[in-house]
Amino acid sequence: MLRRILAALATLLGVAVFVFIMLRAIPGNQITAGLGTEAAALTPAQQQQLEAYYGLDQPLIAQFFSWLGNIFTGNLGFSARAQQSVLELTAQSLPVTIELAIFSIVLALLIGIPLGMLSASRPDSPRDAFGQVVGLAGLSIPAFLLATTLLAVLASSFGYNPNGEGYAYFVDNPWLNLQQMLLPSIVLGFGIAAPIMRTTRTAVLEIRSNDFIRTAKAKGVPPRRLQAKHVLGNALVPIVTMTGLQFGYLLGGAVVVEQIFSLPGIGRQVLLGIQQKEYALVQSTVLIIALSFVIVNLLTDVLYRMIDPRVRAA
Amino acid sequence: MNGGNRGARGALAAVGLAAAVALTITGCSSAKPSPTEAGAAGGSLVVGVTSDPDTLFPWKATQFQAVNVLQNLYGTLTEFDADLNVVPGLAESWEASEDGLTVTFTLREGVTFADGSTFGSEDVKFSLEAIAAEATAAVARTSLASVAGIETPDEQTVVLTLSAPDAALPANLAVINMAMLSSDDTEAELNTTPNGTGPFVLEDRKASQSLTLAKNDAYWGDAAKLDTVEFRVIPDESSIVSAMQSGNVQLAVFDDPLVAQTAESGTVSVEKTPQLSYHALQLNARRGDLADVNVRLAIQCAVDRQEVLDTAALGEGEVTGPITSPAYRSDPDARPCPERDLDKAAKYLDKAGKSDGVTIKTIVSQGEYATSVNEAQNLKAQLAEANITLELEVLESGAFVDRWIAADFDAAVALNGGRPDPDGMYGRYFTSTGNLNQVAGYSSPELDALFAEGKQSSDPDERKDIYAQISENLEDNAAWIWLFTSYSYTAASSEVQGFTPMANGSLQYLRTTTVN
Repeated sequence: MLRRILAALATLLGVAVFVFIMLRAIPGNQITAGLGTEAAALTPAQQQQLEAYYGLDQPLIAQFFSWLGNIFTGNLGFSARAQQSVLELTAQSLPVTIELAIFSIVLALLIGIPLGMLSASRPDSPRDAFGQVVGLAGLSIPAFLLATTLLAVLASSFGYNPNGEGYAYFVDNPWLNLQQMLLPSIVLGFGIAAPIMRTTRTAVLEIRSNDFIRTAKAKGVPPRRLQAKHVLGNALVPIVTMTGLQFGYLLGGAVVVEQIFSLPGIGRQVLLGIQQKEYALVQSTVLIIALSFVIVNLLTDVLYRMIDPRVRAA
Repeated sequence: MNGGNRGARGALAAVGLAAAVALTITGCSSAKPSPTEAGAAGGSLVVGVTSDPDTLFPWKATQFQAVNVLQNLYGTLTEFDADLNVVPGLAESWEASEDGLTVTFTLREGVTFADGSTFGSEDVKFSLEAIAAEATAAVARTSLASVAGIETPDEQTVVLTLSAPDAALPANLAVINMAMLSSDDTEAELNTTPNGTGPFVLEDRKASQSLTLAKNDAYWGDAAKLDTVEFRVIPDESSIVSAMQSGNVQLAVFDDPLVAQTAESGTVSVEKTPQLSYHALQLNARRGDLADVNVRLAIQCAVDRQEVLDTAALGEGEVTGPITSPAYRSDPDARPCPERDLDKAAKYLDKAGKSDGVTIKTIVSQGEYATSVNEAQNLKAQLAEANITLELEVLESGAFVDRWIAADFDAAVALNGGRPDPDGMYGRYFTSTGNLNQVAGYSSPELDALFAEGKQSSDPDERKDIYAQISENLEDNAAWIWLFTSYSYTAASSEVQGFTPMANGSLQYLRTTTVN
């Protein structure tokens, strides 16, 4: 366990360094992002003063360690655009993203697993083809297309557009909040259902070819029980792996879907930060995203131990 | 209102800006409220916008959305009316002395800031001095370059002493970067708590989600008719259209004709407004082959502006000369090549000794505004027929701005902001001491003299004549290749009334808007 935690910390440090360097490689800085071409009118003295204000006059190494040092004191940075600390901003945006991720994953599992089992129940049959086609559609229809189409059709034909209202947090207005989560969850869930469906199908087919299934059948285990306990139970490990992975990605923020449905999630926070060249905001937020990814991975491992005695024994 | 390159203002600037009035969430289904007496309409307006203001401090705001919000919160000494004429604002009147070296402003009485404190001459002195100070880094600093001294003989009077007559001053004072702030306020405070003299006050802000203004009952002019205006951030333009169709958003301003088209429906109408901003091929006349006026003229002659407009922008716009403000508009045909003329282009190239052709390195920004890359490609195709090779370098917006600022290009495909006063618009570009002259890449003693003359004359007809000469000079020397101006598209649902879109993109007429 200790080794895992050390590895996780090394990963986070790597992410921090990588993001730091990438950000500085993007042309422009906070001065030109704020002033645009008006920055051409700055006098050298003003330029210097602004650089000092944003800390851009410091050597890169100093910038990095002053940011890292601040992280350890709980200071993740300050966004001049929003006039709020990164901690406050993240406290608002992360719950939005987590909520969206949970809904999307649940939806994806509800679509993906039954569809995968349906496909696997009779390989190369019409029902398998149906499952495969749905899966392929989920993979190949771009999220932005599905999202824009859904939104436009529902809004213009039925006047239904909960996302046209200001974003409502769950605690303030749960009913509106759930409606606002509905369409984006469908779009994301549909996309993620595809890999889950394929994983399920492959895993189920593989398990079914094992000797113990034949034995169970021979012993007269009823088909339904056989499917649920013996087959699906054993196929769960790869499904959980895939789900954990997808959930981790979702926590990084689904930027496109957040943009189209006006959800103030963490993806948009990073995007705005990059556009505005708010270095500390982007660095800290990406670190938080990486941290959530690591935590989800750890939780997935814990889940393995629960569902698979062999992992526990190892 | 911003003289800079509007198109390069981050993804935020060139994208559309949208506004909407929401009676309630279900604007379309609820019973219409009974008509109220005129002037007491009230109601709340939701303005859909693609981005949040990046600052609430008016002296440093250049982002389109920030400027639009702040215009409703703060006041300026002078203002523009719907036709961009300079009209009184916080200054009731002003008068220049015979020699033009003293301007006396009489301030309006009974004006208060949002916090209740009284506005007076001290605040004007404080504001103008701070804007002029280099340390403040205010974007309008150079507009006050001619101001040598500020006196406040009494509470309602401000006397400016000028180092040279400045006819552009009244127009320059009307931009929001010249907002009058209370002498008690600091930048840090105003970043979170605006305190202005405008028709609205800030009611609520949820960063990157929404910003709500409420009517300022103590406003010195006719009080705003709306109770509240919410700028709702909907990052995707087609999602704004959807929000308008579902009745959540009642007013929106778009730049992209295609998006505007989709917005038009039974309940939503779209109005076109010609803009001051202009599309141009900026030439850097201090570099390489472009230093020769004949090469530049060859480019001018080889370009059919209407074709660029038709190909890149669906014909949505008008071919233009340098000056775009209605009162001073350049005649687009007053140039050596009013029409495309390849023979003439070849002759100019011959004259330059470049009959084998020239190669021009051109920067183009991508993603800033919809038409940039298409314009560049059409220009390239047209110029190729004249033996002029445009070597296009398509850059992400941040990279484009960096190169533009450093004047590190032969030519640049640009969408630049225009201003109502031609001196404010081009003085900073084309006078040898202008702070953007390096980027403009061209100046001459004749232009310096003409611009100086334009500032000295306060007679409108004389000024028109001078700026016509400036415009002609710029075209005769092909300083840049001015292409076309485009429209902005104001989409409003039928219950919105009394809103007047402006050529500078300002939303100042939210104060006369009603929602039925």
